[in-house]
Amino acid sequence: MARIRGSEKEAVAGYLFLLPNLLGFMVFTLVPVALSLVLSFVDWDMLSAPKFVGLQNFINLLGFHTEAGAITANDPLFWKCVGNTLFLMIIIPIEIMASLGLALVMNNKVRFINIFRAIFFLPTITNGVAICLLWAWLYNSEFGLFNTLFLKVGDMLAIPISRVEWLTSTAWAKPSLMFMGLWIMLGGYNMILFMAALQGVPRELYEAAEIDGAGPWHKFWNVTWPMISPTTFFVFVMAVIGGFQGGFMQAYIMTGGGPDRSTTTLEYLIYNHLYSWQHVGYAASIAWFVFIVIFMVTVFNWRFGGKLVQYSHY
Amino acid sequence: MQYRDDIKKKLVSGRARTFLNKSAIYAFLIIGGVTMVIPFIWMLSTSLKPYSSVFIFNVGDIQWFPSPVYWKNYIDVWRVVPFARFYANSIFIVICVTLGQVVTSAGAAYAFSRLKFPGRDKIFFAYLATMMIPGSVTMIPVFALMRAFGWIDTYKALIIPAIFSAYGTFLLRQFFMTIPRDLEDAAKIDGCSLWGIFWRVIMPLSHTAIATLTIFVSLGNWVSFMWPLLVTNSIEKRTLPVGLAYFQELYQYAQPDWGLLMAGSLITMVPIIIIFLFNQRFFVEGIKLTGMKG
Repeated sequence: MARIRGSEKEAVAGYLFLLPNLLGFMVFTLVPVALSLVLSFVDWDMLSAPKFVGLQNFINLLGFHTEAGAITANDPLFWKCVGNTLFLMIIIPIEIMASLGLALVMNNKVRFINIFRAIFFLPTITNGVAICLLWAWLYNSEFGLFNTLFLKVGDMLAIPISRVEWLTSTAWAKPSLMFMGLWIMLGGYNMILFMAALQGVPRELYEAAEIDGAGPWHKFWNVTWPMISPTTFFVFVMAVIGGFQGGFMQAYIMTGGGPDRSTTTLEYLIYNHLYSWQHVGYAASIAWFVFIVIFMVTVFNWRFGGKLVQYSHY
Repeated sequence: MQYRDDIKKKLVSGRARTFLNKSAIYAFLIIGGVTMVIPFIWMLSTSLKPYSSVFIFNVGDIQWFPSPVYWKNYIDVWRVVPFARFYANSIFIVICVTLGQVVTSAGAAYAFSRLKFPGRDKIFFAYLATMMIPGSVTMIPVFALMRAFGWIDTYKALIIPAIFSAYGTFLLRQFFMTIPRDLEDAAKIDGCSLWGIFWRVIMPLSHTAIATLTIFVSLGNWVSFMWPLLVTNSIEKRTLPVGLAYFQELYQYAQPDWGLLMAGSLITMVPIIIIFLFNQRFFVEGIKLTGMKG
């Protein structure tokens, strides 16, 4: 009898401890997830009454029609944003390799490691708006540091160099943002994860490899690379998930999504539909599209990428 | 003897090689570090120049050390936009959100990790399942909710939705799971209530995890941009990042006063840099903790 009472008491206590968090979780996460699915089937501008439109949002978003004999997307802007988002993600493998390289260097019992780590970590803890403003200034085509330096070098070498429109030409805007991203990501979270992973590789393996006469290159490919593959994989999966949701701040602060919409990512498009154009239902349908894509890509990554990962028995 | 010489030679050349290696490593790190810092130095340098001379290198001269140093940007920036107000807003919101999130997450994490009640594992699974949903999926209806509640342009909209986090709950729950049960059994025998176990046993033993969560939540909230941008309209309610963006928008049709903008940007960075320098260990440990288990 006393036992039952005890477990009942425990259950009540459990609900009480959970309650504040659970309430918030329901109101601000669980219900909104359901609501946003509902919204994606609705046409709503937040002023008049919402109108149920069935699959129309998704037809407008993903469908095609023939126009003067040619197949045209119903929403070319959306597909352009899909392309932009994917294009900006090309930098991900480079970012990861650069972070790994830096972690390999930092892992050599470096003195003043706290100082070096702090320097490389600085962009990660700086607020993104300040970073974007700083880089907008560096990339400024008239007075920015980069163009001024290039012109100077051109003068010295007597090569005619014209100003590069870093953020204001369709050719350069995306690469400029990617380069900035590399600078931000290089010494950030991924580098610290790699350092932890490198420290976790058992020393005996390197010693064994040395006895077999392996040089640094072999040691890296045959010991380090397979041993840290779980971390590399994790970092890659997370970067891809983040990549699909990225680019909002850069577009908002630096480029306004331009020129000619070339830096508008899906996230910025969602914001535009939601806030600037009051297409709430349409914004929700794009958000769900992003969610489904992320879900499928992540499942794909775990299924097929997971095979490349070596889980050690250490 | 021959053998000994060989060893000696090997040792010497080995030492020379490590020295060379070490030099290469430091050279690499120093060059890399300088490259990383150059943009920040340029930021600082720009912030110490008056409006006209920021553009002086138009003539072809890059001034890394402005002379004379123009401090006035750091005074003006508080006057051109209500920067002090942005600062106060940000600090107030970060404190409320962090406190709220740590308290509610710790309670939920204790329930999930230590107490038995019907439906516990199902609820926890729901928490986990929502963690991979993109923020924009929930942001749209929550924004609509804020309008329905009449919370737009209030601190409530900036604070309350940000408090509840599946992520924080998950992080603390994982940590609480590692605390040995013997300790609470001992406390139970001593007549400690469930609340007592939570408050006197679990919480003190988890101070690293709590510190980690505190740092991540406050940093995440300090730099949060899209949500405050959506739910604030008046200047008085803006947080620092949104305020900075608003500051830049003042110059929409002209070349901005970059000196002022850089001064403002730098001011927003200072507190976080100081906090980071004194708590680097928690950052590093926290990243490892979340990265390995997430």
